[in-house]
Amino acid sequence: MSDEARFAAPRSDLDAADALDLYRRMRLIRTFEDTVQSQFQKGAVHGTTHLYSGQEASGVGVCSMLRDGDKVAGTYRGHGHAIARGVDPQRLMDEMLGRATGACAGRAGSMNVVDVEAGLIGCFGIVGGSIGAATGAALAEKLRGTGAVAVAFFGDGTSNQAYFHECLNWAQVESLPVVFVCENNLYMEFTPIEAVTAGSIGSRPQAMGIDYRQVDGNDVFAVREAAGEAVAHARSGKGPAFLETLTYRFVGHSRSDPGSYRRPGEMEEWKKRDPLILGRRALEERHGIDPERCEEIDAEVARQLEEIVERGLAAPFPDPADTGGEFK
Amino acid sequence: MAQADGTIEYRVAVREAIAAEMEADPSVVFLGEDVAIAGGVFAVTPGLHERFGDRVIDTPISELAMSAGAFGAAVNGLRPILEIMFADFLLLAMDSLVNQAAKYWYVSGGQRSCPLVVRSAMGAGGRFGAMHSQSPIPWLQGVPGLKVVAPASAGDAYALLRSSIRDDNPVCFLEHKRLYSVKDPVPGVETLPLGEAAVVREGADVTLVSISKGVRDCLAAAEELAGKGVDAEVVDLRSLRPLDTDTVLRSVAKTNRVVMVEEGPLVGGWAANLLGLVAAEGLHDLDDAWVIACPETPIPYSPSLEDAFLPDAGRIVGEVSGRLGLAAGGPRGST
Repeated sequence: MSDEARFAAPRSDLDAADALDLYRRMRLIRTFEDTVQSQFQKGAVHGTTHLYSGQEASGVGVCSMLRDGDKVAGTYRGHGHAIARGVDPQRLMDEMLGRATGACAGRAGSMNVVDVEAGLIGCFGIVGGSIGAATGAALAEKLRGTGAVAVAFFGDGTSNQAYFHECLNWAQVESLPVVFVCENNLYMEFTPIEAVTAGSIGSRPQAMGIDYRQVDGNDVFAVREAAGEAVAHARSGKGPAFLETLTYRFVGHSRSDPGSYRRPGEMEEWKKRDPLILGRRALEERHGIDPERCEEIDAEVARQLEEIVERGLAAPFPDPADTGGEFK
Repeated sequence: MAQADGTIEYRVAVREAIAAEMEADPSVVFLGEDVAIAGGVFAVTPGLHERFGDRVIDTPISELAMSAGAFGAAVNGLRPILEIMFADFLLLAMDSLVNQAAKYWYVSGGQRSCPLVVRSAMGAGGRFGAMHSQSPIPWLQGVPGLKVVAPASAGDAYALLRSSIRDDNPVCFLEHKRLYSVKDPVPGVETLPLGEAAVVREGADVTLVSISKGVRDCLAAAEELAGKGVDAEVVDLRSLRPLDTDTVLRSVAKTNRVVMVEEGPLVGGWAANLLGLVAAEGLHDLDDAWVIACPETPIPYSPSLEDAFLPDAGRIVGEVSGRLGLAAGGPRGST
């Protein structure tokens, strides 16, 4: 597929308000991640972080096609998956800050957030864990006859994990309603994915007869359309679907990543295709929305995050006397 | 389910426990390799597929996907029972079991529990060699969030499995291969609490502590020791997480001597760990305390090697006799 064809803009069935919401949610993720980074540098976020900056269109596009009751499993780079699925950013930030008011009362931290009520089965700190969790959730949805689907987000590096091969096979054999979303950001941690991967990622699900499509992962409208098809396939009972979103992370793998593995000029090229830039352009072209409206949203979200951080920093830490004594 | 003589085979007790819970609760499902159509390689589950249809599922040989699938289903409304054919294969299932299932309730801040049972056949003595004979207890016991249950009798297998399926936590339910064909009295109760040890033989001179098949070895040893004038008490731990140290401490307060019998290596095993916990709280009650375990090698194949490798009643009798100075005419300190 040529780049031109790959990145061709699909039609949109959204009204202007819904389209703006997609943009707002992507901006919310970006600003949330910028805030996590600054709070990390100030010592208020601990351990390590894996930021989703640059990949927002993938999570937001996919989750915009889900219904209540559908389940999402994210990764250790999961803040974006959580926000895309609708987790309250205040509770998510409080969790990053290790506060009792966090989504998991400060027990999970950055890599392991769960929000059952929001439909987030969890974010999983082990590469491939999301695939297993979503496959099992899909088994439950199928046996319970709920009509819901489960979505697993994971990165390109996961295509070399046992979870990937075992779960894709089993999901196809059992016709499970699961959508596998591979966010291909070109690098497995610090290593170019092609250096450690035989053949193409897409050939793997296709070898198992799994419904497969690849999409421009930086174009939220394109992701939305492809995700809609993938979700419909899974929901129809025909078995799993596999969606590869081609994207790029604008930050290091984790906090300790110098980024020296990137090809010269690569970042600059991808930044021209920032999901937020593409989103703004599409809003103007498709819906006639003035770019100034997007700038207003940017400012609103910036204020929202300032307030979130202020409240989060004022929230109490978990009581050290809470030893989890009720835990068997 | 019982034989005409009022006994039940251990494997049948396991089957009947699964059937009873599947009957009682439609969210219970059972999956594993060869468990449905074939009825399981140890003939534990014949008939369940016929009875419960799609709720009994044959899976691919994909232990990681199976444990992850069972986890994902458990946190989304089902109560899966997963069979891992040989406990040695649990190693392939460990990431989901340890990093997902065991941690979910706690790390999520108590949002949702993970009601999952992983059944597995463990243990040596069957000439299966080093990769089909291990007892995985220490690998699992060190994981907060898991429960580890290993019944020694058919009756306990029935009641403890029903309790395990009803439990809201992930439970590893370990069945010793060499117990599948034993016959015991039919279960007297439907369920038993998890984490309670049982004094299965009362005695005054020495406490023998074990779990699973080791308990039967201890009971056989106790009979033999009785003929030598030693009155041994036998404690069946039944569960290693939660671990009932109180029952062991009470017994030690009475007998002042304790022997832990483990089918596994001494270093890093449950027995040495429990001995340490007992010593920390009950040192003043102890005149003697030790562990009977296996050599620090993989499990050998040849009958002569494997028999020598495993603790058995004869070794327990020999060590207890030696440590209690029976050659001098009876237990030290007794008259």
